[in-house]
Amino acid sequence: MQKATETINIRVKRYLPENEPRNFYQKYEVKYFPKMFVLDALNYVRDRLDGTLAYRWSCRMGVCGSCGALVNGIPRLTCATPLSALGKGVTIEPLHNFPIIKDLVVDLGDFMEKLGRIKPWIIRERDRVIEEGEYEQKPAELELYSQFSACINCMLCYAACPVYAGDVDFIGPAASALGYRYNLDSRDEGAEKRLEVLTEGAGIFDCTFVGECSVVCPKSVDPALAIQRLKIDSALTSLKSILKREKS
Amino acid sequence: MTERYSYDVVIVGGGAAGLRAAIAAASHSDKLSVAVISKVYPMRSHTVSAEGGTASVLKEYDSFELHASDTIKGGDYLADQDAVEAFVKEAPSEIIQLEHWGCPWSREPDGKLAVRAFGGMSVKRTVFAADKTGFHMLHTLFQHSLRYPNIIRLDEWFVSSLIMEDGMVKGLVALDLRTRELAFIASRAVIMATGGAGRIFQFTTNAVIKTGDGMAMAYRAGAPLKDMEFIQFHPTALPGSGILITEASRGEGGYLINKDQERFLKRYTPEKMELGPRDILSRALITEIREGRGYEGPFGSYVLLDLRHLGEELIDRKLPFVRELARNYAGIDPVHEPIPVRPAVHYTMGGIHTDVLGRTPVAGLYACGEAACVSINGANRLGSNSLSECLVFGRAAGVDAATFALSKKGQGEIEDSNLLNPVGEYLRIDEEKIYGLLKREGGGERLSDLRSHLQSIMDTNVGIFRDSSGLQEARRQIRELRTGLQRAAIDDKGTVYNTEVIEAFELGFMLDVADAIAYSALIREESRGAHYRTDFPKRDDKNFLFHQLSYYSPGGPVIKHLSVSITKWQPAERKY
Repeated sequence: MQKATETINIRVKRYLPENEPRNFYQKYEVKYFPKMFVLDALNYVRDRLDGTLAYRWSCRMGVCGSCGALVNGIPRLTCATPLSALGKGVTIEPLHNFPIIKDLVVDLGDFMEKLGRIKPWIIRERDRVIEEGEYEQKPAELELYSQFSACINCMLCYAACPVYAGDVDFIGPAASALGYRYNLDSRDEGAEKRLEVLTEGAGIFDCTFVGECSVVCPKSVDPALAIQRLKIDSALTSLKSILKREKS
Repeated sequence: MTERYSYDVVIVGGGAAGLRAAIAAASHSDKLSVAVISKVYPMRSHTVSAEGGTASVLKEYDSFELHASDTIKGGDYLADQDAVEAFVKEAPSEIIQLEHWGCPWSREPDGKLAVRAFGGMSVKRTVFAADKTGFHMLHTLFQHSLRYPNIIRLDEWFVSSLIMEDGMVKGLVALDLRTRELAFIASRAVIMATGGAGRIFQFTTNAVIKTGDGMAMAYRAGAPLKDMEFIQFHPTALPGSGILITEASRGEGGYLINKDQERFLKRYTPEKMELGPRDILSRALITEIREGRGYEGPFGSYVLLDLRHLGEELIDRKLPFVRELARNYAGIDPVHEPIPVRPAVHYTMGGIHTDVLGRTPVAGLYACGEAACVSINGANRLGSNSLSECLVFGRAAGVDAATFALSKKGQGEIEDSNLLNPVGEYLRIDEEKIYGLLKREGGGERLSDLRSHLQSIMDTNVGIFRDSSGLQEARRQIRELRTGLQRAAIDDKGTVYNTEVIEAFELGFMLDVADAIAYSALIREESRGAHYRTDFPKRDDKNFLFHQLSYYSPGGPVIKHLSVSITKWQPAERKY
């Protein structure tokens, strides 16, 4: 194994709800090894220095979506952010725009509710039975929604979203992108129902197209694009229903 | 006042097996309340990291017979052949079911499901969603599960004990991470879907949550673990981190190369080459390294996985995640350079003993997925059978647990008041463990030291090559670590999101599972599948063609034998 000779300092924003003070920054000196990620530094702290530090992680390969945090002010996956890319100072803080439970652990309850609200499942008049076999879906039809199915629910986009910062009722980037993913799926017939949910209350029309969500997405999903297209789809659907009413 | 929780069916674990079970139980009857309890949000479960694909017979050129015989041969004739036959027949329906639920499977040009080659499979039968198959399956299942109002989730709750009385499941003790409050959760049926135990080893592809919780709880409560000695090593993981580089990279045509620029598998699996089974390939890689034909790097020795000849277009279309992982975690672009790889612990073939309905010998207790051992994987699982297994036996366990719970529904409410012991007694046992930890002041050993000690013992003595003295040494040190855990101290004395308390429970589970593995490995004096004994290098059907069931006792596992079901495939020599 490689020997660690250098050390680096990291600064972590703490929140200990049972402590006085609850909020403070804490510095830790961490042994540095090449190819170290921010998550490795946090694990070093927890294992060696301070077991009270709380943060979520699991897969350490950028796919489970647990380990989002602000790293030097930018929402990132700590397991996919090499320390070498950060320069000298490293500050780790919880994701913006969420209630904090403890340290870097934030409350996902609001998103989990929104996720269910947009009906992220195939909606059809009549479901096929297994004996009828698969729905055929051409590679081009798959490609249409493919990027929007890559969301890992890491919440970086919500942390970056200025609209969500101002209004927690805003449906937000990831939930909208997932709704759009199902609307684009050739097997689905539920687009109108989802558009209803996505436009009511603080829905997609509240998005001011800042586009930060797409910038911070670690999986190259483009929620900003999804939201703009949903707005068009919604406008077209209303137009169609007006025309329909006029005809009849 | 402590809140009371009671459900008809409780599923522990929210990965592919657990969610498939939950959907099956909830759709079986909307009168049933079905709870999914998980220490992480379900979409964080380790299913998310599965890459290559999921096997099933869907193409005209394929047959159930062929999938079964591949699986049985791959498992070195330890799989129960009746279970394998049931499994291969059910798998296609489950793949179609997931397709109907929206899984973005990769497609042929005509829109039909695409399939790829995989190790030990004699034809292309592995369905996939690029190389993020587990991710897409998990999210599809989780999103679909949100349709069912009778599925209730307890996210970020940690189950600490399974409660049985009179040989019947009564419920669970679980801890809410947010409040550290312990609650008794009464249930008519419990399904353990907590995955495997890869994290008892140091060098593993597994996520940090894979600590064998369900296996240990079922074991302590009296259900036997089966075939625990069989730990699968995946041949290709990144040195250092252990991050998985999918077998699909070889399924799509990748080569394994040693320092002499040689496709060395010609000396081990001349017919199948890179598509031999994982047990033989992992031993081959280590043999090459030991004989000096590996490369040396900062994280130890390795060989190379070369994908360059596949071309950028194919890599981006079929293996985009491999490219992303190699770039981010090894600083290598596989389009231009070969990827350094070495074998890492990947999968627990053994698990909680069940039949094909997911039933354990304990009334009301079920298991499915990697936590269970049916057994269809025998001594060595074939790649891409495990995701199908999660679906097939997740569904089976869900349906049977629902039926069982419905039959009990007529007999009154789910009451914790009809327990023989008061609920408080059960809560107190785990409460005392927690307070013991909180009260202990410094000077004790750190949990992280104990855990890495266990992991290094397991890597050194219970790895790809094993022998009697190493296994005995592992058991001795595991015993010492148990004492160490009794003395361990933690820093965090708080109630909110105290992850050190959880880690202490996990380490206790890991130690029990580790000892069952080491002991089962010690007394199986033969080599079969993934279990290789340098002191007994041959398979011995005369003396060891049986399953080993480990029963918990305070002094260590008590082993009983169970015969292997052989239907039409007589044990033969494995050649690839």
